Amino acid sequence: MQIKETIESLEKKFEVRDLNLFYGSFQALKNIDMDIYENKITALIGPSGCGKSTFLRTLNRMNDLINGVKIEGHITFDGKNIYGKDYDLIALRKKVGMVFQKPNPFPKSIYENIVYGPKIHGEKNRDVLDGIVERTLREVALWEEVKDRLHRPATGLSGGQQQRLCIARCLAVEPEVILMDEPTSALDPVATSKIEELLNTLSDKYTIVIVTHNMQQAGRVSDFTSFFLSGKVIESDKTEKIFSNPANKKTEDYITGRFG
Amino acid sequence: MKSYEKVIEKIILICAILSTLSVGLITVFIFHSGLPVLKDYGVLSFIFGMDWKPTNGQYGIFPLILGTLSVTFGALIIGIPTGIACAVFLVEILPSNIAKIFKSAVELLAGIPSVVYGFFGLAVLVPAIRTYFLPIYQIFRPEATTTGFSILAGAIILAIMILPTVVSISENSLAAVPHEYREASLALGANKRETIVKVLIPAAKSGILSSVILGMGRAIGETMAVLLITGNMPVAPKSMLDSVATLTGTIAMEMSYATPTHQSALFAVGIVLFVIIMLLNILAQLMMKRMGGGQ
Repeated sequence: MQIKETIESLEKKFEVRDLNLFYGSFQALKNIDMDIYENKITALIGPSGCGKSTFLRTLNRMNDLINGVKIEGHITFDGKNIYGKDYDLIALRKKVGMVFQKPNPFPKSIYENIVYGPKIHGEKNRDVLDGIVERTLREVALWEEVKDRLHRPATGLSGGQQQRLCIARCLAVEPEVILMDEPTSALDPVATSKIEELLNTLSDKYTIVIVTHNMQQAGRVSDFTSFFLSGKVIESDKTEKIFSNPANKKTEDYITGRFG
Repeated sequence: MKSYEKVIEKIILICAILSTLSVGLITVFIFHSGLPVLKDYGVLSFIFGMDWKPTNGQYGIFPLILGTLSVTFGALIIGIPTGIACAVFLVEILPSNIAKIFKSAVELLAGIPSVVYGFFGLAVLVPAIRTYFLPIYQIFRPEATTTGFSILAGAIILAIMILPTVVSISENSLAAVPHEYREASLALGANKRETIVKVLIPAAKSGILSSVILGMGRAIGETMAVLLITGNMPVAPKSMLDSVATLTGTIAMEMSYATPTHQSALFAVGIVLFVIIMLLNILAQLMMKRMGGGQ
């Protein structure tokens, strides 16, 4: 994708400043500074255990679920510190959706999976819910495949369909940001390419942050790329710059496959 | 080595045959001893007869069936919500090291002999119902009286007795719900309560349901504790403070002095108990199959 705007003209959705994260005494993230731009796709790459998934999960505070996690520094979302004392966690997670590595539809029907979020947030009107189901399934290009079996168990779908359903479920609460944690690593190449196409169309409306092991994928889908190594951000830039002319030797070594 | 293994194999085979055989023998024995009375007295008048007066030759066990069902369902109404809430608390809310202490305490309940439960009910619950609960109940029903030996007492004790079963099986099935479901729900902006009620409990429903069925089986079969505190009056109950006699309690109490016909009638009570439990088990399995279909 061609980027015509200069970085300065882009809206910052997240601003991460001096972020440190500890699991007990182990420091998993070290002095992270990063900007995530609105309606762009940011890819986080790096070898296993480099902290990219951990970083992703700080953006919707999913690390809060893990015992013994300590976080320093701050992350602002639309200008407000999400680790501030009175920040509304529910509202954050409604605006910042997440898609996981393994497709994880609830053991309910396709329909119930999608309306779960809207119902939680108070939507009761049957027609509105029906509308949400159709809209989100169309957005993920799943509608034609499942429209006749909306009330059948979601677990009966193929892996790729399940993952698209999970994206639809995420879209159903009308997020502004979608965090994706290696969303295609459990999928076959055909299902993967469908998800990648989907990412392209979604980026018109949503800010996407995607963790990926697959550098070709990062190169294909993202506008910006950040390279993580041992809990640090080594380099963040436009994807084409990172892949064609990285500033840091370590980035170049990783991208050319010399390690990782 | 080979012959050694063959010997072991034979021993295991004998064990398997023995246990299957004993189930078969018990069944044959109960039916053999009880069927004559059912034949002479008539199955319908036996099951739906309202008078259990063995000395008059009247063997209507409907009051006993009502007694067993009322105490059992009372126990389920109290025990199941408590048990499930306890399981949720242990799995989802308490830190795991503290949960371990609570868990072993609940499991300890299973090790207490049932006569001790009965004695506890007799010494504590029965008087408490008479002196504390009755006055409150009389605000709504001024004409109510009770000795304390009642459905309520039996139901409370049985509820405590089925707790270990309900808690440990529900807890296991809740703990087995994949962590991904929790994450998915929370990431959509659900809070902990919504996640528990709308995702975790439904995902664990087949395990929770089987805990309920097993608890129900235990409640129906329980004899000693119930015998001591329900008053053993073979009369159809009108309120939860009335005394009742249960199927099991009646068999245990009357067997020792029964005349041959009376004894045969008690075996027929055993047949009814047997059939009720069989039906419940079949029902439970059907329900589980249907509910499990969503997964």
